[in-house]
Amino acid sequence: MLFGFPLLSLVIWLPIVVGLIVLAIGSDRNILLTRWLSLIGSIAGFIVAIPLYTRFDPTLSSMQFVEQYVWFERLNVYYHIGIDGISMPLILLNCFITPLIVIAGWEVIRERVSQYLGAFLIMSGIVNGVFSSLDAVLFYTFWEASLIPMFIIIGVWGGPNRVYAAIKFFLYTLLGSLLMLIALIYLYHVSNGSFSILDYHQLPLPMMPQIFIFIAFLLAFAVKVPMWPVHTWLPDAHVEAPTGGSVVLAAILLKLGGYGFLRFSLPIAPDASIYLADMMILLSLVAVVYIGLVALMQQDMKKLIAYSSVSHMGFVTLGFFLLNDLGIEGAMVQMISHGFISGAMFLCVGVLYDRLHSRQIADYGGVVNKMPVFAAFFMLFAMANAGLPGTSGFVGEFMVIMGSIEVSFWYAFFAALTLILGAAYTLWMYKRVIFGAIANANVEGLEDISKREFLLLAILAVAVLWLGVYPFPLTEIMHATVDNLLLHMTHSKL
Amino acid sequence: MEKLYLLVPLAPLFGAIAAGLFGRFIGTTWSHRVTIALVFVSLIASLVIFVDVLQGNTFNGSVYTWMVLGETHFEIGFLIDSLSATMMVVVTLVSLMVHIYTIGYMHGDPGYQRFFSYISLFTFSMLMLVMSNNFLQLFFGWEAVGLVSYLLIGFWYTRPTAIYANLKAFLVNRVGDFGFLLGIGLVLVYFGTLDYEIVFAHAGHMASHSIEIVPGQSWMLMTVICLLLFVGAMGKSAQFPLHVWLPDSMEGPTPISALIHAATMVTAGIFMVARMSPLFELSEMALTMILIIGGITTLFMALVAVVQNDIKRVVAFSTLSQLGYMTVALGASAYSIAIFHLMTHAFFKAVLFLGAGSVIIAMHHEQDMRQMGGLKKYMPITYWTMFIAALASAGVPGFSGFFSKDAIIEAVKFADIPGAGFAYFCVLTTVFVTALYTFRLMFMTFHGEPRMDAHTRDHLHESPWVVTTPLIVLAIPTIAAGWLIGPMVFGDYFGGAIQIHPEHIAVASLGAEFSGVIGMMMHALVTVPFWLSVAGIFTAWFLYIHRTELPGKIKKISGPIYTLLDRKYYIDEFYSWMFAGGTRSLGNILWKIGDVKIIDGFFVNGTARVVALAASVARHFQSGYIYHYAFTMIVGVFILMSLWLFYF
Repeated sequence: MLFGFPLLSLVIWLPIVVGLIVLAIGSDRNILLTRWLSLIGSIAGFIVAIPLYTRFDPTLSSMQFVEQYVWFERLNVYYHIGIDGISMPLILLNCFITPLIVIAGWEVIRERVSQYLGAFLIMSGIVNGVFSSLDAVLFYTFWEASLIPMFIIIGVWGGPNRVYAAIKFFLYTLLGSLLMLIALIYLYHVSNGSFSILDYHQLPLPMMPQIFIFIAFLLAFAVKVPMWPVHTWLPDAHVEAPTGGSVVLAAILLKLGGYGFLRFSLPIAPDASIYLADMMILLSLVAVVYIGLVALMQQDMKKLIAYSSVSHMGFVTLGFFLLNDLGIEGAMVQMISHGFISGAMFLCVGVLYDRLHSRQIADYGGVVNKMPVFAAFFMLFAMANAGLPGTSGFVGEFMVIMGSIEVSFWYAFFAALTLILGAAYTLWMYKRVIFGAIANANVEGLEDISKREFLLLAILAVAVLWLGVYPFPLTEIMHATVDNLLLHMTHSKL
Repeated sequence: MEKLYLLVPLAPLFGAIAAGLFGRFIGTTWSHRVTIALVFVSLIASLVIFVDVLQGNTFNGSVYTWMVLGETHFEIGFLIDSLSATMMVVVTLVSLMVHIYTIGYMHGDPGYQRFFSYISLFTFSMLMLVMSNNFLQLFFGWEAVGLVSYLLIGFWYTRPTAIYANLKAFLVNRVGDFGFLLGIGLVLVYFGTLDYEIVFAHAGHMASHSIEIVPGQSWMLMTVICLLLFVGAMGKSAQFPLHVWLPDSMEGPTPISALIHAATMVTAGIFMVARMSPLFELSEMALTMILIIGGITTLFMALVAVVQNDIKRVVAFSTLSQLGYMTVALGASAYSIAIFHLMTHAFFKAVLFLGAGSVIIAMHHEQDMRQMGGLKKYMPITYWTMFIAALASAGVPGFSGFFSKDAIIEAVKFADIPGAGFAYFCVLTTVFVTALYTFRLMFMTFHGEPRMDAHTRDHLHESPWVVTTPLIVLAIPTIAAGWLIGPMVFGDYFGGAIQIHPEHIAVASLGAEFSGVIGMMMHALVTVPFWLSVAGIFTAWFLYIHRTELPGKIKKISGPIYTLLDRKYYIDEFYSWMFAGGTRSLGNILWKIGDVKIIDGFFVNGTARVVALAASVARHFQSGYIYHYAFTMIVGVFILMSLWLFYF
């Protein structure tokens, strides 16, 4: 609450309400109204989220902007929301990406525009809800609800194999979250009827239940992140999704999994987390190395970036389970940075796809001759993806590698292989698509990016560079929360 | 003064932004005017700082805080002492000359503004690297110069060889950076900071600390850190076995070969090790390793240079060999001599490269020396400046290269650690080889009968003033810089910037013998290196002017040895088979078998198939016929009843 004003609720519900209005416009006759309304709504959504940052007290590790109302009194279910240094940056990222999605779909989506834009706006609000819920039922509701818009976006506006991809996406994630539901119900019972996540944090639990709870949560979050070996839904989903869908998927939805680890697994089952940390680190390193190698061989640009996403998200889970401040904050920075970079990479592929309707690397070559401005942006994002210092991609990877070397030299050794692999798959793709002589008549006919596309890429370029050159403001807001989490984990719950 | 420090790197950065982002609007002329003016500003500021440093005013401070984590502050800041000030002057001077030269060399190229933007960006990155006061910013600059190098090697992006070479350069450098980053990581873990001053101050306490990286094997911490850092230097300074990218980098335009791949960027590794002298001095093992790697690079790369016919490739392999010299000097704890050779080499190699570029322009972008010859009379300025640089490169007394190279050879002789004998053999032999390939280049290009076609010969002429002026300007220090050896190497010039363990006596012993530059030259006349150098020049003259039919015969006789050198010891072939091929095969196996067959095929779709199978069986129970359901119910009731009877 801010001066008695439910700011956080506004951040959640404003996009949803605007989204519903946009949906209500319905037909494609009022296409301009739909677009402008969505754009204004999404920008308003970002603006109302800004005070969450400016009025946030970074010295506090407790929840801020807390709101609590009774929802189902008999079951102790509350509409209980609040944010800390972990959830706030993710909410800002989400609110930042949403207007970009609207702009990205501006001229590209011509059919069922209101449904398309409405789905994104509603999803944006739902995701904010996930990040701010402090009540398990509320959390679970938002969590599952976030599946629906994405399922529709892939299934309706997707590519030729969209139905397979949408169902794979849905079943994979749904199966994971069912076990989480069981874990939450179990926690409800052992906590004598509380659904408060913050109560769960303080709940003493013996080792075996902790391990079961950890594994139940792990399945839900690992699928979302996605961790190896439950990652195979992501490349399919990305390939079939429209550009906007891919951007949201990579930039935002994957972060739900990462957030889950910090909000549930680590604080609720700290002993199990420490006990299983080696396994988690191993899985993460497999993701970094194995998936990096797989990415190298991809022929489809979107698949390549999807695999690259999995590999980069491996750094996130690796950072969490190092259980030191460099690791966890590095993983957080990596999540934000990955939001910018993967979003930008998918937008870049979208720019090409909109022109030639192909994602195959082999169909391109020499694009720089026709699209020099685009090539320059793509270069920047490719370098950021390869973790070049001065871009945001470096910061998270650097912190996590530094964090891992504190734990074990070999963890750092394998994690740092990404320096070579990331550069190899990203720049090899860049070389084949962008450099070289003009490969064919289609490339010959390419036109450089429009003002709209320029705007999109320029905004992300600024974000990527800003975070790379000056990550101080971002890391500053996380310290108190992360330190508190680490302190919390040193007290055994057994 | 502190604002001036900031101005040095920022001026070229603004130039890069102006030419890069607004080059289209301000046009070609203003692009080069703005960038050159700003690099000039940077040079003047560097000179002012240099003079200030000579008066003893060093600086170590932060510009802004990049990030804070617990007790650890990650800062962006500057350390200005004689070491960084020397580098700043060298970098900005060569950069300015290359900027001017570029006006002539890149005239009419469609990427004119882009080129100026890149070289200014390079200057910025390199300055950030040398001025850094901490490992983080060092790594920033380190990777940023790698980026610009990547962009510039692939500058002519439609050429398949160029875009192959730039990818290769970036990836090989990343292998080096991989080690470098791990080294930085160990520094952070054990020192709790990345600030040079604190790390160096505490290095002594860590000297006896050991760690176990492989279980059961206890290694000295300093050795591990230094070797990892040196892996980074091997990548950037192109030391064997990570040297493979440098010859290919010649695909880039010649001005950047001079600026980046000879004078400045490739010396970053040398600079880094010199900067880390307080750490390297604590590990004899690391120094031995450096001596051996440097020795191998010096000799074996020089040998390859002898059989190259592309004028730029000769110079490129010469650069590799000279970098080897510097590395050997580092291994011998003669850091000041390494930096001194870095400086003299920057000047004479820049002249050689820019001169080669001037020849290439005159030859209409022909680079094969077999098509040249007799250019001396058409291009007198290019010839004479290159001749001076060739004398310096061959180590003829009086020219800068002589002083620095002779000092290195002597220092290795005095060095008293394992590997020094091998390194001494390498650097000594290479004196002969260096003189041979350098004068082979000069004679094949400028002397003898012209071998080019008539059309090219009719159009031969000296390059425009923007090309020749930098040659002349750089030729001056090519002669004169060597005379500074007294104060720079043996005096107290580097002060606290370089620390040498008292047991490593090479430089001290040399200094004790040193009796002024004239004495050094006189002494040289009776030593082996001088006569090896003379023999090399004579051999080149004999083979390429006097008896020009001989090289062909030698080539035939030597057969496999020639092929081995010509193929550069087959290292490229081996790497592309082993690493590029191996990685791709592994990637394919993991993808096609791991992901597609096992995870998706067996588990995911397998689960779906099992569900479908189960459903196809279970389906029969829901046939929709009442009597089926009734029958099932009766069976069920029967079973439940039996169970009830049985248990209760």
